[in-house]
Amino acid sequence: MAAINRDDVAHLARLAHIEMSAEELDRMAGELAVIVDSVKSVSEAAGDDVPATSHPIPLTNVFREDVVGHTFTAEQSLSGAPDAYEGRFKVPAILDED
Amino acid sequence: MSDATLSFEEAMEKYDPVLGFEVHVELNTKTKMFSSAPNVFGDEPNTNVNEVDLGMPGVLPVVNKTAIESSIKIGLALNCKIAETCRFARKNYFYPDTPKNFQTSQYDEPIAYDGYLDIELADGTVFRVEIERAHMEEDAGKLTHMGGAAGRIQGADYSLVDYNRSGVPLVEIVTKPIEGAGSRAPELAKAYVAAVREIVKNLGVSDARMERGNVRCDANVSLRPHGRERFGIRSETKNVNSLRAVEHAVRYEIQRHAAVLDSGEPVIQETRHWHEDTRSTTSGRPKSDADDYRYFPEPDLVPVVASREWVEELRATLPEPPAARRKRLQADWGYSDLEFRDVVNAGVMDEIEETIAAGATATVARKWWMGEIVGRAKNADVDPGQLGVAPATIVELNKMVEDGKINNKMASEVLDGVLAGEGTPAEIVEKRGLAVVSDDGPLLEAIDAVLAAQPGVADKIRAGKVQAIGAIVGGVMKATRGQADAGRVKELILERLGVEG
Repeated sequence: MAAINRDDVAHLARLAHIEMSAEELDRMAGELAVIVDSVKSVSEAAGDDVPATSHPIPLTNVFREDVVGHTFTAEQSLSGAPDAYEGRFKVPAILDED
Repeated sequence: MSDATLSFEEAMEKYDPVLGFEVHVELNTKTKMFSSAPNVFGDEPNTNVNEVDLGMPGVLPVVNKTAIESSIKIGLALNCKIAETCRFARKNYFYPDTPKNFQTSQYDEPIAYDGYLDIELADGTVFRVEIERAHMEEDAGKLTHMGGAAGRIQGADYSLVDYNRSGVPLVEIVTKPIEGAGSRAPELAKAYVAAVREIVKNLGVSDARMERGNVRCDANVSLRPHGRERFGIRSETKNVNSLRAVEHAVRYEIQRHAAVLDSGEPVIQETRHWHEDTRSTTSGRPKSDADDYRYFPEPDLVPVVASREWVEELRATLPEPPAARRKRLQADWGYSDLEFRDVVNAGVMDEIEETIAAGATATVARKWWMGEIVGRAKNADVDPGQLGVAPATIVELNKMVEDGKINNKMASEVLDGVLAGEGTPAEIVEKRGLAVVSDDGPLLEAIDAVLAAQPGVADKIRAGKVQAIGAIVGGVMKATRGQADAGRVKELILERLGVEG
C-alpha cells in the first residue's frame, strides 16, 4: 500500500494553501506515492545501526559572531513585493488564523 | 458577547486549577538569530532586514553564536540540563508574519530541558515550578490589520507587514503542568513570569521589557474537580503581556472555565485573546489540523554541540541569581523582612537600587518609592517603574527637603508637577512659589495661637507627654497652609514650652 493517499494530499494542500482540483489530487496522490515509496526503500537499506541524519557530513557548530552586517533599505525590501503601503508589505487579511 | 463566569471563590470551591506557561524571551543580541541584520526595536519598517529575514529563495541562515550562549545561560539559570547536541527544526505554517513559510525553531531536541524555578509568593511561600524545556527559535514579523474594527483581525480588509522583528532570537520556556497552586494560581502565574523576567534581565541576555514584547506569556489554564487526577481541557490565552495581565487572565480563565463546566458543557480547547480593557478573554481559533506543523530537521543548519567545557565556562560567567541578590540587597539596605517584602511585592527593588546608586540613602529611597510613587502608580494603573520618576529626581527632591528649602508635603506636590511634565523639581518650586517658611517669627506666632487654642494639649506636653505634640504641629501646619518645616515647628514648640526634645 502506498504510504500516501488522496486524503493525505488534500490535507497537505489545505495546509499549504494550495487549491487543487479533483483530477489534480488524483494525479498528485499517484506521483507522490511513487516518491514516498522510493524514499521508503532507502529506509529499508539503512539498518538499525545507522542513526537518522539530517546532514550528510558530520559538521557541527557553524556559528557567526554577533556583528551587524548589511541591511536593505525599505525600498529594496519592498522591491519585489506585489503590493506595499507606507514602507510595509501589503497582504490580504487572512481571517481564519491569527 | 461576554462569557459567563463564576466568582473566583466559588470556582475554587468546586475545582482545582492546573496551569502551564510558555514564555517567549527576545534576546538582546546585536544581530538576528540567523542573519547579520540588526536586532533593534522601533526603527523604520523593513530596514533592519536582509535577504535572510525576508526569506528570499536560495539564502542560507547562519547561527548567531551569542544567541546560543545566551540560550545556554538561560537554561542554566533555570536549573536545566543542557543538551550535549541539539538541532534546529522547521515549523511549517503559511501566514504572512513569516515570509519563509516556516519558523526555524527546535522540536524534539531543545537546547535546555528538565529544570525548575523556585517561586517565592508574596507571603514568603516558596512554590517549585518545573521547567519542561527551553528551546531556541526566531521571532516573526509584525502584522498590522487595517480597516474593520480597530486593529483586530476580524473584519480587516488587509494587513501590513513589517519584518524588522523577523528573525529576532527567541528562547521559549515551557513549564510542566503546574498542579497544587489552588486559589494562589493567579498570584503564582504573575510571580512565575516576574521571576523569568527577572532572571533574563539579570543575566543581561534580554532587555526584558514586557511593554515592548521582549517577554511574552501564553497562559494555559484547565480545571478539574477536586480529587480527580486527570487534567481538564485547557485553553491557551495568547500574548498576555504585562505581569498584572498574567494574573488577571489566569483568574478570569479559571472563572470562565468553572462556569462552562458548571453548565455541563465541555471546555473547548482553543486559543483565547486577552483584552486589557475589559479584563476578559475572547475565543480565538480552535485547535485544528492547521496545527499540523510538519516539523522536520532544518537541513540548512548543522547541529549545535555544547561541550561540557563550554557549558562550564558559561556557568562561570553567570551573575548572582536574583534570589541571592535579594538577600544581599536586604542586608545592605538594612530593611526588615516585612519592609523588604513590601518593596519586592510593590515591584520597586530595582528602582530603589538605582535610586541608591544615584546618591540616596536606603531609607530615603524606600520612603519615596513606597510612600509616594507606588500609590501614584496604582492610581495610574501602571507599574511603578513605568510612572516616569527618574532616580535623580528623587535625589534632588530629597536634597531640597534636607536643605530645608521645602518640606515633605511640598516635595510631594513637586513630584506631582514633575509627573505632569512641568519641569525639574527646581523649576517647579520656582514656578509654584513653593518655599518653606523658615523665618521663626511667623511660625512662633502660629505656634502661640495653636497652643492657646489647645491648652490641655500644651499641659500634657509640659508634663512630659511629648508624643501629644502632633496635634500642635498639625495645627501649625494648617495655619501656615503646609508651608512650614515640620521639624523646625516641633523644635520651636518644645522650646516655647520649655521641654527637652
